[in-house]
Amino acid sequence: MSDKKLTFKKRLHILKHHYRGKKMAPAFNALHTFLFAPDETTHNGSHVRAADDLKRTMNTVIMALVPVLLFSMFNAGYQHFSAINGFPQEFSLVNDFLTWDNFWIGIIKVLPLVVVSYGVGLLVEFIFAVIKGHEVEEGYLVTGMLVPLIVPIDTPLWMLSVAVVFGVVIGKEVFGGTGMNILNPALTIRAFLFFAYPTWMSGDKVWVYQAVERAGGPDAISGETILGYLAQNKGAEMSYSVSDMFFGFIPGSVGETSTFLILLGGLFLIFSKIASWRIMLSAVIGSLVMGLIFNGVVDQGWIGETSKFYGLMSFDFWQHLIVGGLAFGIVYMATDPVTGAQTNRGKWFYGFFIGFLSVMIRVFNPAYPEGVFLAILLMNVFAPTIDHYVVRGNVKRRLKRLKNATILPKDSAGKANELHAETA
Amino acid sequence: MSKDIRIKKGLNIKLVGAAEQTTSKAVLSNVYAIGLSDFHGVTPKMLVKQGAEVKAGEPLFYNKNKESMLFVSPVSGELVEIVRGARRRILSLKILADKEQAAVVHDLLNVESASKEEVKAYLLKGGCWPFIKQRPYDIVADPDVNPKAIFVSGYVTAPLAADLNYVLQGKEKELQAAITALDKLTPGKVHVSVGKSDNSPLAGLKGVELHKVSGPHPAGLVGTQINRINPINKGETVWTVTPQDLVIIGELLLTGKFNAERTVALVGSSVKAPKYYTTKIGTEISTFLYASGVEGDNFRVINGDVLTGSKSAPDGHLGYYNNTVTAIPEGDDYELFGWNKPVFNKISATRALTFSWMQPNKKYDLTTNTNGEHRAFVVTGMYEKVFPLDIFPMQLLKACMIKDLDEMEQLGLYEVAPEDFSLTEFVCVSKQPHQQIIREGLDLLHKEIG
Repeated sequence: MSDKKLTFKKRLHILKHHYRGKKMAPAFNALHTFLFAPDETTHNGSHVRAADDLKRTMNTVIMALVPVLLFSMFNAGYQHFSAINGFPQEFSLVNDFLTWDNFWIGIIKVLPLVVVSYGVGLLVEFIFAVIKGHEVEEGYLVTGMLVPLIVPIDTPLWMLSVAVVFGVVIGKEVFGGTGMNILNPALTIRAFLFFAYPTWMSGDKVWVYQAVERAGGPDAISGETILGYLAQNKGAEMSYSVSDMFFGFIPGSVGETSTFLILLGGLFLIFSKIASWRIMLSAVIGSLVMGLIFNGVVDQGWIGETSKFYGLMSFDFWQHLIVGGLAFGIVYMATDPVTGAQTNRGKWFYGFFIGFLSVMIRVFNPAYPEGVFLAILLMNVFAPTIDHYVVRGNVKRRLKRLKNATILPKDSAGKANELHAETA
Repeated sequence: MSKDIRIKKGLNIKLVGAAEQTTSKAVLSNVYAIGLSDFHGVTPKMLVKQGAEVKAGEPLFYNKNKESMLFVSPVSGELVEIVRGARRRILSLKILADKEQAAVVHDLLNVESASKEEVKAYLLKGGCWPFIKQRPYDIVADPDVNPKAIFVSGYVTAPLAADLNYVLQGKEKELQAAITALDKLTPGKVHVSVGKSDNSPLAGLKGVELHKVSGPHPAGLVGTQINRINPINKGETVWTVTPQDLVIIGELLLTGKFNAERTVALVGSSVKAPKYYTTKIGTEISTFLYASGVEGDNFRVINGDVLTGSKSAPDGHLGYYNNTVTAIPEGDDYELFGWNKPVFNKISATRALTFSWMQPNKKYDLTTNTNGEHRAFVVTGMYEKVFPLDIFPMQLLKACMIKDLDEMEQLGLYEVAPEDFSLTEFVCVSKQPHQQIIREGLDLLHKEIG
């Protein structure tokens, strides 16, 4: 057979064998398996396998993120132009939001974040795979999509690159790669940005394109988030309606604003059985409970309007879910199976405390009125502890069963005693 | 009196190629083989030399660690080959069958009046002991231990597995004799399960605790039933026997002869006419495989069902415990964009662009492709959906992988056999070898704790 007759598939197969055992094999395989599902077969054990693999699982999460990404690209422009020209009086989705001008801002500001996040992150993954000789694992496919969606739009690309390198290396690779990490890599990256460059990551200037550049000048624009207003007790100055908050026509981190699309993404993930509904539901309950407690404190008059916590504490409890990154965090970050609780019962506790602590940190953190990423990172650390106690419950049940083990006598008591002596 | 067991968690894997309920007699095999891998943990000590003539039911070897445990020849003939592997470990024994079959005949035992020791000695001597397996460790039962109960599962949920209601027809006498004998061996009960709507010959047995089971696979696995009926505690032992092996035990008791005959279901999408064959343990699979015809030449022959069987070949031999032989296409081919395109022709436990949930009754033609690469454990909560035992599957698997004996023990490794993890292995997104991990864990625990 001449080489010309070889199909593309066959050529790649030959190349795969050419690379086998060589240094670059993981890099080649990573690209190859993106094109073709591998020809691996089972050995012993289950000879047939279900259709899902890790790539498919990760891809499902990415699909759930795509609407959020597209929305954020339009919103980038919408917030930019609205900050300059004022919000439109009669809002029309098609004329004011889904415009080419808005999308263009998205292309020049949001897309580079995505490209840099994936480019740098996957480069680090490939390098580690080649050095350590393991396959390139799929974890970064989701991380790389999450990162651009949880940072402020004006984040400089070099800053993002540094953070991604830190997050992938320290957050994941040092633990042994995908599946072994303790902290959510995307949130590790976000936390790195927050603590390394705090002035860039908070304040009222970073959430809208060009707000930083124009600051102090005659054409200054403001991009204060709703939580920012509330934290300064300036809730009355906000012009956003509840529907703006729910559908996401508000400033904020790139992809966190549209609770509506996040909700759709969450429902899709629950329906496809990829993400845990237990975590999502319990996190929502947790945040509502904390919100209600704060509302109760205000209603009781324990805290006055002059208190610096008044703005956020008096914020309607359920509205916490539609502003800031809470919804995004609950749906896409808290449900990360590697860093979350792994037992079904543990997931209830894990989710509840994420919601509960998110709202608490939100209210009490003076520097930065957002708590969801800190709450999730904190619960990431506690997830193994939660699981430990759930699993111990099972172990205890087993020990108790052993203690109470009695053999039911079938005919004569003698036989049962005989056995009891042997098992004791 | 029967007790109902309803299993909710699980997954029925519906495949193309179920056996039609007709039985043919398979061509007699020239060579029969006993594979030592069927008897996990047994170190064979040969009793006959290569080239010796043996009768059916004559001991070939015994277990070095338990000398009373004899393993007998399924046919009469010449022991032509002792196949050895690395370090001269015996892999299998090949017997060239005689034209005229002769069998060892034992004196009959009056089962009703026999004592426990007499029954035990008779089964050991007659070569039927290896049919009794024990948990913990999933090995041939230790005859010197008193099991707290004996379990027989007559409910079949494994994909394409032989229908016991069909193959056990007319075997009531043998089954009853075997049950009566087994009942002597335990101070506890003999638990027999049948499907809730089954018309099984097992349902009429006397002296048993009958359980009616319903629900998806793995409801039919004996481990699932043990976990519901009377879970194994540390220090306890239960025995399990499969119904078709009860028939062979029963025949020994009724006739004094070891009759290795068995009705086997030949199934799978690579078989042109899947149906039942009567044949003998150790027969060459080709003696009936080609009688039904096969599709193409790139297929895999599995000794057993697709979830728990072992890889074989047309010139392989029917395993000691198997009543199903499956042939399915090999999946050693690439699939363009296999990881992200919508999937309609494969089974999935999720709905991640996989659509098997839309057609719960469709039968699938699955290949041996892994549908993805081996990865670390990532996804959680998936195994629990198909694992009805009161055990944390992933935590137990991880305990086995890190060889933490305390954890393995505390998390319930005593209660499980590798087959209990066949379904979690099937749905595993990370394509981990669950059954192998559990097997290695059991071996380690057995070695260290005994």
